[in-house]
Amino acid sequence: MFVKTVSHLKRGEKGVIKSFTDPVMSLKLLEMGCVPGCTVRLDGAAPFGDPVCLNVGGQYCLSLRISEAATIEIE
Amino acid sequence: MKDKSIKIALVGNPNAGKSTLFNSLTGLRQKTGNFPGVTVDKKFGKLTLEKAGAASVEVMAVDLPGTYSVYPKSADEAVVMDILANPAHPDYPDVVLVVVDGSNLLRNLLLFTQIQDLGLPTVLALNMLDVAQNMNLKVNAVQLAMNLGVPVVNINARTGSGIPQLKEALLHVIEHFEPASPRFFYDTTADYPDLINEVKREYKIDNDYLAMQYVCQHDNFTFVEIPERVKLDGIIEKHQFDKQAFLSAETIGRYEKLRPLVAKVVKSEGEIEQPYWTRLLDRIFLHPVGGYFSFAAVLILVFQAIFAWASYPMDLIDEGTANTIAWVKNVLPEGVLSDLLTDGIMAGIGGVIIFIPQIAILFALVAILEESGYMARVMIIMDKLMRKFGLNGRSVVPLISGVACAVPAIMTTRSINSRYERLLTILVTPLMSCSARLPIYAILIALVVPATKVLGIFNLQGLVLFGLYLLGLIGALASAWVISLFVPRKEPSYFMLEMPSYKLPRWGHVGMSMYESVRSFVLEAGKIIVAISIVLWVLASYGPGDRMDRAEERVTASMTNAAPDQVDAAVASTRLENSYAGSFGHFIEPAIRPLGYDWKIGIALLASFAAREVFVGTMATIYSISGDSEDVLTVKQRLQQEINPETGQPMYNTAVGTSLLMFYVFAMMCMSTIAVVYRETRGWKWPMIQLVYMMALAYVSAFIAYQLLS
Repeated sequence: MFVKTVSHLKRGEKGVIKSFTDPVMSLKLLEMGCVPGCTVRLDGAAPFGDPVCLNVGGQYCLSLRISEAATIEIE
Repeated sequence: MKDKSIKIALVGNPNAGKSTLFNSLTGLRQKTGNFPGVTVDKKFGKLTLEKAGAASVEVMAVDLPGTYSVYPKSADEAVVMDILANPAHPDYPDVVLVVVDGSNLLRNLLLFTQIQDLGLPTVLALNMLDVAQNMNLKVNAVQLAMNLGVPVVNINARTGSGIPQLKEALLHVIEHFEPASPRFFYDTTADYPDLINEVKREYKIDNDYLAMQYVCQHDNFTFVEIPERVKLDGIIEKHQFDKQAFLSAETIGRYEKLRPLVAKVVKSEGEIEQPYWTRLLDRIFLHPVGGYFSFAAVLILVFQAIFAWASYPMDLIDEGTANTIAWVKNVLPEGVLSDLLTDGIMAGIGGVIIFIPQIAILFALVAILEESGYMARVMIIMDKLMRKFGLNGRSVVPLISGVACAVPAIMTTRSINSRYERLLTILVTPLMSCSARLPIYAILIALVVPATKVLGIFNLQGLVLFGLYLLGLIGALASAWVISLFVPRKEPSYFMLEMPSYKLPRWGHVGMSMYESVRSFVLEAGKIIVAISIVLWVLASYGPGDRMDRAEERVTASMTNAAPDQVDAAVASTRLENSYAGSFGHFIEPAIRPLGYDWKIGIALLASFAAREVFVGTMATIYSISGDSEDVLTVKQRLQQEINPETGQPMYNTAVGTSLLMFYVFAMMCMSTIAVVYRETRGWKWPMIQLVYMMALAYVSAFIAYQLLS
C-alpha cells in the first residue's frame, strides 16, 4: 500500500501530519513542532532537492533531509 | 556548595531572543566562564530587581544554552538539565525565566510546560510579538497567564520594552513562590506509578516529573555517579520501562493540551508567510547556481579579509614585538635571565598575539553570517555534499573557521547535534590550513616555485598556495570519509534545522563572539605556545656537558678575521648544533632522510612540533642568519645558498621543498589543538588517534612527493 509522506510533497503542496514511522526521529520532529494534525507545506528545497524546507503549521520554516521527511506520514 | 545570592536562569528555544534579553537585562555587567565540570561557555551577569515601595534586590542571571525541550540533542543543551535537575548545583536557579517566541507559541510552550512541571518557579517572557504582529497574530498575555498559572510579561528584547515589568514579576515570584504545586501540566504519575515511586524513594525526590528525568536521562547528569546510573538502569529494567514510547507519549500529550490553549490565546488573521525579504533572498541563496555562486563569493570575501586586511595589524604587532624584545635586551644586563625573558617568554607571547587579528576578523565575519541567518542557508546547501563524507551541513562552520585557527574552530563543533558527526568534524578540522601554516607555505613556495605567470593572469606561486589550501580541504573530507568507514556510527545522522528569517546582525553579539574566540585562543593556545617556547629555548640553549662551549671556542678561533656580525651568527648556529635540540636533530635524521630532510630540518621539525609557526624562526637560527631573523626574504636567500654536501646541488630543490610543504599541510604540529581536542572529547583516545593518523598522512605524502620528484 502506498503511504504518502512529506518527501512526496511537491513545492507549494500541503499535507496534514498523520503519524511517524521512526520512533527516534519522531521525538525530534515532535519537539520541533511537527505534531499529528498539524498542516505542513513544502516551501522549497536546497540545490539537488535535499534537504527540503518545510513550513510547519504556518509558524516557521524547518529544514530537514529527504530521509527525515520520509518518516512523516501525511494525508 | 550554593552561595546565598539569588539566581535567575534564562531558558528558551534557540532563536527566541534569549541572549538578546540577557544582554538587555545585564548590560555591561556580564561575564563569561565555564559551567563547572563541562566545557560549555557560561554567560552570567548581575542585575538589580526593584519595584515600587520595596527594597531592591541584587541577583545573578545565567544564560543557559537554547534548547527545544528538556531532552538534550547536543553537548551544549545537556547543560540545561544538568543544572535544572540538580538543586545542589552552584548555578541552580531560584527562578527560571523562560523566554518564549510569541510568533511560534505552540512549539515554544512545550519547553515551558516541561520546566514548570519540574516544580521550578517560573516567569514567562513573551518575546517577538512584533514578529507575530507582522504575521497577523495577536497573543493575549493575560489569558496565557491565567491558563498556565504563571506571570506572563510582554517584552521586546531588542528595544528593551517591558523589562521593568519583567523585573517586577521576577521579584514577585522570588518573594512569593509557594513550592510543591501538585498540579502537573502533563501528568506522568498515572502511567508509571510504581517506577516513579521507587525512584522518588531511592533518590529522595519530591517531584514526579523530576523522577522521570532521572529515569530518562541519568547518563547526561554529571551529578549522578556511575554506580547510581547502574542502579537506575536496574530499576528501569525491573519496571520494563520503554523510554522511546514514554518520550513520544509525553510530547504528544503536551501538545494535545497545548493546542486548544494556544487556539484560545492566539488570534490569527489570514495566511502566515515568511517575510518578503526572506523569501526573496532564499530564492537566490538556495538556488542551484546562485546559492553556490554566492557562497563562493562570501568565502572569497572571508579569505580576503583574513589575509589582506589582517596583514596590517599583524605587521604592526610583529614590528612591535621585535622592537620590544630589542629594547628589553638593551636595557637588561646580558645573561641567561635576559635571554629567557626575551627569546623564550616574550618571543612566545609575540607568537600568540600575532594571530589575534586573523582570528578576530574571521570570527566577527562568522558571527555576522550566523546572526544574519545566512549561515543556516550555507548548512542547507552544503549538507548533501558533507553527508557523502560522513559529516553534516553543520560541519561547514568549523571547517571554514579552521582556516584561521583550529582551536576556536573545534569549539564551534559543539552546535553539531550528532555526537558522531561532531567527533568526525573535530578529527578532520586541523587538516584545514590554519594561519600558522601560512608563513611556512610562504617561505617554501618562494623557495621552490618560480614567480611566473600562468595563462597570462595567474601568478604561479599564488596558484600553488591556493592548491595547498585545497589540498587541506580535500585531505579533511577524504579523512572524514575513511574514518567513517572504520568507526561505526552508533546513532542515526539527522539534520533538522530551524530556518530563521534574515535579520540585521546585532553588533553587540558580533563583538561578544569575536571577543570570546580571541579569549579562548589566547587562553587555550596561548598558554601552551608560551610554555613550549620556553622549553624550546632551554633545549636550544643548553647542551650535554660543555660541548656547546667547546664548539664555540673552535668557531671563534677559526674566524679571527671575519666581521663580528658573521662570527656571532656562526657561533649561534654552532651552539644550536651542539645543543640538546641539535642532538635530537641528528638523532632523528635517519627517520626523516627518506623525506629528503637533514638534521637541520630535523631541529626545525622538533621545534615546530608544538606550534608550527616556530618553523621559520628556527630555520633562521639554524642557518645563522643575523639581523631580522623573521624576515622571509633573508631566510629565503640564505636557504637558496645551502648546498647538499652529498650531491653538491642546492639543498632546497623542488623535491625537498614539495616534501616539506606536503608534510606541513597534513602534520598535526600543534599542541594547543591536541589540548583542545582532549578537552572536547574528554579523553586521550581521540587526540592520540588524530595525532597518529595526521602524522602518518604527513609522512607518507612527504615521502611520496620526495621520492617522485628527486
